[in-house]
Amino acid sequence: MRPFSYEKAATPAAAASAAAKNPHAKFIAGGTNLLDLMKLEIEKPAHLIDVNGLALDKVEATPEGGLRIGALVRNTDLAAHDKVRKDYPLLSRALLAGASGQLRNKATTAGNLLQRTRCPYFYDTNQACNKRAPGTGCGALAGFSRQLAVIGTSNTCIATHPSDMAIAMRALDAVVDTVQPDGAQRHVAIADFHTLPGDKPQVENVLKPGELITSVTLPKPVGGAQVYHKVRDRASYAFALVSVGMIVQKDGTGRLAVGGVAPKPWRVEAADAELPRGAKAVAAKLFAGAKPTHDNEFKIALTERVIEASLADLRRA
Amino acid sequence: MQGPGDFEVSRRDVLKLGAAATAVPLVAKGQAGSPAEAPVSTQLSLNVNGKVHALKLDTRTSLLDALRDHLQLTGSKKGCDHGQCGACTVLVNGRRINSCLSLAVMHAGDKITTIEGLGTPNKMHAMQAAFVKHDGFQCGYCTPGQICSAVGMLSEVKANVPSHATTDLTAPCALTNPELRERMSGNICRCGAYSNIAEAIADAAGVPAAGRSA
Repeated sequence: MRPFSYEKAATPAAAASAAAKNPHAKFIAGGTNLLDLMKLEIEKPAHLIDVNGLALDKVEATPEGGLRIGALVRNTDLAAHDKVRKDYPLLSRALLAGASGQLRNKATTAGNLLQRTRCPYFYDTNQACNKRAPGTGCGALAGFSRQLAVIGTSNTCIATHPSDMAIAMRALDAVVDTVQPDGAQRHVAIADFHTLPGDKPQVENVLKPGELITSVTLPKPVGGAQVYHKVRDRASYAFALVSVGMIVQKDGTGRLAVGGVAPKPWRVEAADAELPRGAKAVAAKLFAGAKPTHDNEFKIALTERVIEASLADLRRA
Repeated sequence: MQGPGDFEVSRRDVLKLGAAATAVPLVAKGQAGSPAEAPVSTQLSLNVNGKVHALKLDTRTSLLDALRDHLQLTGSKKGCDHGQCGACTVLVNGRRINSCLSLAVMHAGDKITTIEGLGTPNKMHAMQAAFVKHDGFQCGYCTPGQICSAVGMLSEVKANVPSHATTDLTAPCALTNPELRERMSGNICRCGAYSNIAEAIADAAGVPAAGRSA
């Protein structure tokens, strides 16, 4: 790990301002992904701004009937929150499908959104990776790509976004609230928060230098039957091969976002509209324009089956 | 505290300059990173097992390394050092975490409990006694992490924290065998002592073990 200086932030705006002044600074909250990457010298901040002391750890009702989730609310606490369990069970389920008990006790809401890909070529510093070292190429394209993305990719990067939580938030139309270095606030729909790799896979979201996530706001509950169905190589404590977060209303209409297949939580409104017609119709719209590799084309068929299984789960519920 | 740029040229800078002089842009590790710096040390106090220790540490020191290398509390083990195995699990303010994925400097003011603080050979914690009774280990390397994790896990069940194995999110949590196994999945035992570990935890929790009548 490279040496770094360390400070505790006093206020969100002060944290953002300090980070904007130092291009080598990073925020640290739970640290479960950042420290992992710092040990491997994939992340090399020269300065850490510890935001854990900021009062961003509350879950509060909004005047619109929704829920404002502080950036520092731990994954365990969010999954266990009474209102989330009752009104947004998809979010509880997605959180509980990720990581381990120990990690969920540390991992934060904002940090979960900002976690980096687990692409093995990103993690192995001896391999070419345009995300880790722009311009060096992508070892995954002609390499082992079974775990990687099938849609939303580019010829520079086929990494997936690893978050389970973000899949639920995408299906729930969450909004990411931030503070900028000048103290101004910004509200970004989660659909627009994560970016596709294009020719800049090192850029993963729309945050500007120094900008700090302060909370994530959920709109008022949409009801319906909700399910998060994750398929992985072992029964627990593994990243998704494919995951489906789905909400279906009594009349058969609904919405879904899928994980493990794209560089961001993947949702296509035209696919939502096909839900009453079943999994095959939904998958066709979800994966229009997909560019799978030989190793990961199975994910398209697998996703269709997980959608079918999720619909069956909801019919039984 | 000294900031970036306050230090003279380091060996790493010399190496970087050497690489730049030969103009090789295709070095996978050679992205525009942070400037090389000398280590930064910081003073802090850690409350571990009820005792406060004053320490001067490199900011990079993980909580695990502070416990093991600076406080000689070697019960907590380093397995993977990346949060994948759970051998380093300790309790911070009663919650289980991976001490390898946390910086010591972030824990000033916290109450840290390690396996040494749970019990002693002469006065074992109920979970330690249950692991002995049920032979919940072979080599023993993962055991301190398993025990600290199990103690933290039972507090989570008591606080009604659900898990991936919970069938009804709105009902009180019950520690069935599938629940227990899911909740302990962050602790790997390469000897494969899982069934005895599960029986030890079930015994300590006062719930029936799998495959046995209540």
